[in-house]
Amino acid sequence: MIHSLFLVSTAGHIFLEKHWKSVISRSVCDYLFEAQGKASAPENVPPVIATPHHYLISVYRDRIFFVAVIQTEVPPLFVIEFLHRVAETFQDYFGECSEASIKDNVVIVYELLEEMLDNGFPLATEANILKEMIKPPTILRSVVNTITGGRELRSVFAWSVAQGSGSSNVGGTLPTGQLSNIPWRRTGVKYTNNEAYFDVVEEIDAILDKSGTVVFAEIQGVIDACVKLSGMPDLTLSFVNPRLLDDVSFHPCVRFKRWEAERVLSFIPPDGNFRLMSYHVNAQNLVAIPVYVKQNVSFFETGSSGRLDITVGPKQTMGKTIEDVVITVHMPKVVLNANLTTNQGTSTYDPVTKVLVWDIGKLNQQKVPNLKGSLSLQSGAPRPDENPTLNIDLRIQQLAISGLKVNRLNMFGEKYKPFKGVKYVTKAGKFQVRT
Amino acid sequence: GRWSICGITGNFTNICVKISLSCRHDDLKEMLDSNKDSLKLEAMKRIVAMIARGKNASDLFPAVVKNVACKNIEVKKLVYVYLVRYAEEQQDLALLSISTFQRGLKDPNQLIRASALRVLSSIRVTIIVPIMMLAIKEAASDMSPYVRKTAAHAIPKLYSLDPDQKDQLIEVIEKLLADKTTLVAGSVVMAFEEVCPERIDLIHKNYRKLCNLLIDVEEWGQVVIINMLTRYARTQFLNPNANVSVSAEGKEDKVEAAALVVKRKPYVMDPDHRLLLRNTKPLLQSRNAAVVMAVAQLYFHLAPKAEVGVIAKALVRLMRSHSEVQYVVLQNVATMTIKRRGMFEPYLKSFYIRSTDPTQIKVLKLEVLTNLANETNISTILREFQTYIKSMDKDFVAATIQAIGRCATNIGEVRDTCLNGLVQLLSNRDELVVAESVVVIKKLLQMQPEKHSDIIKHMAKLTDNIQVPMARASILWLIGEYCEHVPKIAPDVLRKMAKSFTNEEDIVKLQILNLAAKLYLTNSKQTKLLTQYVLNLAKYDQNYDIRDRARFIRQLIVPTDKSGALSKYAKKLFLALKPAPVLESPFKDRDHFQLGSLSHLLNAKAGGYQELPDWPESAPDPSVRNVEVKYPTCSMNIEQSSTEEQKKSTKSKEPKDRSDSESEDEEESSTESSESESEEESESDTDAKKKKKVLLSISINHTLQGTSLRYYILKKWRIYVSFCVALLLKCSFPSPQAASPTCGPLKTYELLHRITGEGLAVTYCFSRRPFTGDPHMVSVQIQFTNNTEVEARSLRVLEPKLQSGMRIAEFPEIDVLPPGEISTVVMGIDFCDSTQAANFQLCTHTKKFFVTIQPPVGELMMPIFMTENEFKKEQGQLMGMNEITEKLTLGEGCRGDHVIIQRVISTANLSRVPCGSAMECRFAGKTVTSGSLVLVTVVTKEERAAQVTVNCEKMLIGTMLVKDILQALSQ
Repeated sequence: MIHSLFLVSTAGHIFLEKHWKSVISRSVCDYLFEAQGKASAPENVPPVIATPHHYLISVYRDRIFFVAVIQTEVPPLFVIEFLHRVAETFQDYFGECSEASIKDNVVIVYELLEEMLDNGFPLATEANILKEMIKPPTILRSVVNTITGGRELRSVFAWSVAQGSGSSNVGGTLPTGQLSNIPWRRTGVKYTNNEAYFDVVEEIDAILDKSGTVVFAEIQGVIDACVKLSGMPDLTLSFVNPRLLDDVSFHPCVRFKRWEAERVLSFIPPDGNFRLMSYHVNAQNLVAIPVYVKQNVSFFETGSSGRLDITVGPKQTMGKTIEDVVITVHMPKVVLNANLTTNQGTSTYDPVTKVLVWDIGKLNQQKVPNLKGSLSLQSGAPRPDENPTLNIDLRIQQLAISGLKVNRLNMFGEKYKPFKGVKYVTKAGKFQVRT
Repeated sequence: GRWSICGITGNFTNICVKISLSCRHDDLKEMLDSNKDSLKLEAMKRIVAMIARGKNASDLFPAVVKNVACKNIEVKKLVYVYLVRYAEEQQDLALLSISTFQRGLKDPNQLIRASALRVLSSIRVTIIVPIMMLAIKEAASDMSPYVRKTAAHAIPKLYSLDPDQKDQLIEVIEKLLADKTTLVAGSVVMAFEEVCPERIDLIHKNYRKLCNLLIDVEEWGQVVIINMLTRYARTQFLNPNANVSVSAEGKEDKVEAAALVVKRKPYVMDPDHRLLLRNTKPLLQSRNAAVVMAVAQLYFHLAPKAEVGVIAKALVRLMRSHSEVQYVVLQNVATMTIKRRGMFEPYLKSFYIRSTDPTQIKVLKLEVLTNLANETNISTILREFQTYIKSMDKDFVAATIQAIGRCATNIGEVRDTCLNGLVQLLSNRDELVVAESVVVIKKLLQMQPEKHSDIIKHMAKLTDNIQVPMARASILWLIGEYCEHVPKIAPDVLRKMAKSFTNEEDIVKLQILNLAAKLYLTNSKQTKLLTQYVLNLAKYDQNYDIRDRARFIRQLIVPTDKSGALSKYAKKLFLALKPAPVLESPFKDRDHFQLGSLSHLLNAKAGGYQELPDWPESAPDPSVRNVEVKYPTCSMNIEQSSTEEQKKSTKSKEPKDRSDSESEDEEESSTESSESESEEESESDTDAKKKKKVLLSISINHTLQGTSLRYYILKKWRIYVSFCVALLLKCSFPSPQAASPTCGPLKTYELLHRITGEGLAVTYCFSRRPFTGDPHMVSVQIQFTNNTEVEARSLRVLEPKLQSGMRIAEFPEIDVLPPGEISTVVMGIDFCDSTQAANFQLCTHTKKFFVTIQPPVGELMMPIFMTENEFKKEQGQLMGMNEITEKLTLGEGCRGDHVIIQRVISTANLSRVPCGSAMECRFAGKTVTSGSLVLVTVVTKEERAAQVTVNCEKMLIGTMLVKDILQALSQ
């Protein structure tokens, strides 16, 4: 299946390679660079590239290309999904998935990759199992890392610290979780404070047309959990209104049969952070659009200039405040500069990337934020045909815009009383206003 | 650096390089040679970091390999990493480490065994192939499923190292395919796919098991299994759409297929086909995109048309995932929308394009939108397209124009609207947009040129401005083709072109020649000189294609003495009516590749791609999946451990235990009452039967493989095996627990599945209770459930087919079983102390079903009470051939007397003989029919070793019983 893996920075630097079968020369990445040269942006590099002897399947994440080299038929999604899983594991282990953090933890990365694939076929990809076998870098170690800075010194330091505390990367215990019926949960979990938190996070994906009418809208939701419970708790989470959910996907721990029969989530959770479920609310009439946007962006036929006028205001917010409102506009190439004034927040125009960012902050009922002014265009250039799209970002605390509500959380199998909490948040997903 | 200098006889520079390298690594070597693990670890970490960066660290091989047996687990792991990376380059030195791994393979800890095998099999050194082969074979019968999983992983490694091992590896694969644990299933199917994907016959007997295990297999295994089963199903089942989907294919096919349909019986889906569809469906809810895609392609390729729709929602969900996932999913959706448009129509808006999508995603969404366009939604789609045309992403705009063109050709009603829209684009400022529009307009005009001469005129004017070669060429072609519609403009265009000829691109030059020729033929008066001028220019062009073309055209159109008969037909040649081009999706017919595959994505066969076979004309024998009689003929490994059953046994342990204690109680009470011996006997006997059934079902797999040749010779054994398998298969269906009137939960078996029984489900269990009426009969409790809407009448037994000597006491006929009701009856069977099956028919007032009941050996006996002395005395008379002794290692969970007693009693319907020694347990019973004594002794020794002895004058029963007990205890 997966023959080799290369991690490549956007600048084209191959900073990690790992081979599960015979070694493949890193020159195979030249085909990726070639494709990258043709593409306008890293996102446009095709995920699957056929070369004379190999296939490259890559994902682009956190400014890194994860490039898997394949020699024979394999479902591309299989590889793509796995590569994302690798990136998520790094994220989980090092707090961020970046070239620097990978280079700093190269040994752990290597040990992880060794466990995640055997002969190119996934072996252990569950965070709980991996953490039993390979310990994440401790805070102490990372503190030492930041203080000492220098590479040599740092590793010696880290090593001595590790020695001192008697710990190493590799867990001394054997990963028994791999052998159990619930491979996603490690065994022997113990906490003094037992707690289970659930975040219901909803994102509104919408396209509004020029006049503000909804072309398309839907709600994507996820329930992210942070469960720190001792022993083998068996949880049941029920909703007040499960009928809202149009389409769902689950973490493998969720018992699908019970969901089908009773519409409750019954599961033995993994230890720590995980995504319990993702869902989708489709019915367009149910999707409340929390803001209205009035805009007018126009370019004049003569005089190499244009006008911009944007007004944003709250709508259907169920009494909650809309925060962190940011409007981003990708301007046509001929727009040289923008001379804008606003009554709330700040606006900046980057003439290089042609991106206008208007950071508004909170939306108040009393004052309606407005941004207006003139755009100066490249002189002599024809008036642009295209109209820029407004991308809107926002956040509403304590509200799931779909109205989904968790009813209760029950725990079986353990005696203690856990602390439970549910938090709701609504964000803008891919929220666009066409002009 | 000493050693490297010694080893080098090459040129001087080479030596220098090595010296400098090894000098640099001297500190590392020192650290590796030190006594401190901490230094070693630090050195290894630095070496691994070098490997990760792609730096060469091969000169450290001898220093590193010495540490392969290091006690520190992290050092060891890093040494493994190093070893696997460089072993191929340093084969001789790598051999030094092999013994360490061989030792590791024998370690009592399963994780160490597994890791040793993993590393050993990853060392790509051909010399050790035999060692690897042996290790894999051994690991394949390891107690631990984890080790067996590792063995499965090792198979493709060995295969890639030495393909000659294929036959032997297939044997191992076959054995592991029979494994019952979810841990192994995915890995072994992976090995199967890499080594012997053509051996579809190996799947038959594991098919149902794989279907049933699927939901519990880890995500990656699920993908592999589903893809493999898709192929399997295509070879074994009939096309569920045989009489529906023909419309999608050609007309000739239609006739043929129609003829076939007439011949064929009405389509009934094979229950196994249904099983696959049913068991994969929940996986559409997986968080793993690859699993969802695998199920989606399975449904697309295998499900009846009416059911395929379920996958649309799940695929649309994946569209919100990472852009790479979207990319792959959209490619597949694009292919699906061509064949099954209706499925995605409700999700049209999910394919709307956002300005922030990467271009490749935009283009694919556009493809899907175009495929989804029909008369009803076209206006919405075109409105959407209009906004796309204003996008800043010009490649995307070009793709949109193409898409509009395709909508216009496919949907006649909107052709004019589209054309007008495109014509408006001709005044766009962006040349690319104009050019693309020209190309598309050209194609559209070919459909109805007479109506659109004004558009042609408009385009003729564009030649002054537009520079994109393809667009210029298209315009010239249009003018030439329809010059009679623009008789005044055409010669003028040619004049201008003649002027700029030398500066044009090749494709434009060719079209100028083309235009000149056509005008010469239709309007030679005005264009004769121009044409000759152009032809002369072309004659000296640098490009030989253009020179050739000029020569060719001159010969054809300018009549000379030499010109042959062809010139007469010049007009026909040049001005023939040309068919309008068909604008097709590039995804048309891509579905001959299995969806979701790399080959499908690339639209080219990738190495190792397994073709998706066509449906068979008539279904192959479906019984290959249930009759597993052939089993023992394959690999016969006597040492086969019983770990496969571990899981099952733990599952069924509870009910077993409960029935145990109860039956013991019952036994006592019945002894007290002691109404009549016979009654008591048959009561406990039936109880025992129930229990034993439970165990048997668990142990089938074991007994199958564990059969030594000795037993195998016995024909009856074979029947027994086949029966067990049949039972197991039946058990694997979810069956309602029988509400036994007196006993605790007993394992029940399917006699008639509700699908085969057309709504009537029948299960049975061995109640271990006496059968009233005949002490020589085993009582079987049968439960009927009517799942239909109508009542079932006169349920009864008909025409028992029995081996000589066997008898059946039929249960009283059930007159009426109302819908939804359950009814329980008891029947008696005299099995003649053999495990032969009792075959009979179950009848309702309308139907008959052939059914079979076969008892596990432990159910053929009933407990008797004995003292220790009596036991010893009886045992003394049953020596020699009548005594069978086997040694075993007790399973991990099998510690302490009570567990042993429990397990033996649940295996066979026996009673315990009180005994003084703690190391010995004795049990006694007698066979139901002939009353032959059955004496069992279990002696435990130190370190979990134990020995089982059975004394019984019926040798067959003895041997079978030993096997069953052995297995129950070694779990």
